[in-house]
Amino acid sequence: MTATIALPAPAAARRRATAEPVAVRGLLIGIALTFLGVFLLVPLAAVFTEALRRGAQVYFAALTEPDAWAAIKLTLLVAGIAVPANLIFGVAAAWAIAKFEFKGKSVLTTLIDLPFAVSPVVSGLIYVLMFGLQGWFGPWLHAHDIKIIFAVPGIVLATIFVTFPFVARELIPLMQAQGSEEEEAARVLGASGWQLLWRVTLPNIKWGLLYGVILCNARAMGEFGAVSVVSGHIRGSTNTMPLYVEILYNEYHFAAAFAVASLLASLALVTLVVKSLVEWKTRPEEALADASPEHG
Amino acid sequence: MRWQWREPSVLPGFGLAFGYTILYLSLIVLIPVSATFFKTFTLTWGAFWDTVTAPRVLASLRLTFGASLVAALVNSVFGLLVAWVLVRYRFPGRRIIDALVDLPFALPTAVAGIALTAVYAANGWIGRIIEPIGIKVAFTPLGVIVALTFIGLPFVVRTVQPVLEDLEPELEEAAATLGANRWQTFRRVIFPAVWPALLTGFTLAVARAVGEYGSVIFIAGNVPMVSEITPLLIITKLEQYDYAGATAIAVVMLVISFALLLLINLLQWWAGRRLAKI
Repeated sequence: MTATIALPAPAAARRRATAEPVAVRGLLIGIALTFLGVFLLVPLAAVFTEALRRGAQVYFAALTEPDAWAAIKLTLLVAGIAVPANLIFGVAAAWAIAKFEFKGKSVLTTLIDLPFAVSPVVSGLIYVLMFGLQGWFGPWLHAHDIKIIFAVPGIVLATIFVTFPFVARELIPLMQAQGSEEEEAARVLGASGWQLLWRVTLPNIKWGLLYGVILCNARAMGEFGAVSVVSGHIRGSTNTMPLYVEILYNEYHFAAAFAVASLLASLALVTLVVKSLVEWKTRPEEALADASPEHG
Repeated sequence: MRWQWREPSVLPGFGLAFGYTILYLSLIVLIPVSATFFKTFTLTWGAFWDTVTAPRVLASLRLTFGASLVAALVNSVFGLLVAWVLVRYRFPGRRIIDALVDLPFALPTAVAGIALTAVYAANGWIGRIIEPIGIKVAFTPLGVIVALTFIGLPFVVRTVQPVLEDLEPELEEAAATLGANRWQTFRRVIFPAVWPALLTGFTLAVARAVGEYGSVIFIAGNVPMVSEITPLLIITKLEQYDYAGATAIAVVMLVISFALLLLINLLQWWAGRRLAKI
């Protein structure tokens, strides 16, 4: 029995003074996981179980419905316009803000962030007040038979507004951190402006760009409030997928609503996977830290 | 020396990039937002005031702000805990959990709304357990809080996490050497360092929650004066062709959003300065 005294103390007793006892650790991990489980995992799982509740046949029937197809196509179209538009803006804004010093820069960055602070419903409303029949340009548009509100252009505009800052706010800090030395060197060696952009800057920022585009796309395809205000909910023509989910749900077609919702949830999961891959790619120190068994 | 608006640079393209930025920002954001403010000027001050102080509007503002604050508080407590667990401990599945924290950013709000309603309804997975003990979530103001907690969850975690990661272990070692136990170290050393980030995350969560629409309307029940949020009231007014009323409420929301945005900028500036000092 006395032999055990000579042995080193068990791992738990050897803990460092800057670590918590194992029991406290376990408790904290348990509470955190329960919270995330209740608020994140359970609702996520509910989407897929509710979608498949009536069997695979009902599920696929709901997705091959012509109205569902129209909604999917419109969603892809809207994201296909809004994401590239904000991508070009994001690169231009980041180039101006990160590579040059000028007065009023912080005001400009705050203004770019503005759409994030505005309620989606208000984002939709501002375009109704611009282009709706009661709006500033309404009578003129009506006279020329151009429809923006309750039509696809309004949906595109509202989507561009709510996804406005995504690419820019991802690129600005990244390009600021990278500095301008490489571009200046290329310039001295005789590169033109576009050559700089294509050969030096874009390769340097490609991961940050992808990150911004992925988040921008997820929001563009999933936007509900802003689009709801400007769409007019015309079945088969101005319903995006989230709006179609709402209509099905309010008509008590729960299985069909969750079937379309499950597509959007899958999109969200793909977004998270790509996002994690990009983070992993751009933060190798995180991967290294993971290899060591304990931290702090 | 001549006053210069912009410092000279050898890099090309400032004019094009800056010009396009300003043009696009003006067309998409600045002109439509200011047009909304101008639209309210078509209302007399009295009419504006009567609209925004109507009992139904005030009730919706109370609910929206009350629920947003409660949800952000819940997220501050649990978000700090989640960030701590993710940064400090290693356990199986940590990477997946870490990625999953961003789910509320990626999941469309309408999907979140119907999913939460399904889970918390009387026959749902969680509703089935808590309704018999007298807690009704779906179709009550409590449902609003649950939806806003879901929506605001990533904000606190993602603002606190990097600060915890960068915290120097020497600080805690010094505290331990001086005889502090873990709780004292947390309260006196770690928490003061994390506090500005926590407050920033809290404000971001409030700002997001105040305007939230999609995830709330399915679970809230939307009873006027009881569980009707302000963004929904704007939509209701629009559907009744009451454009002036909708605009008046929207302007109140916009002013609140701007105030919160300003507050967030100040907080981040303050947090950055404090961190630099530590």
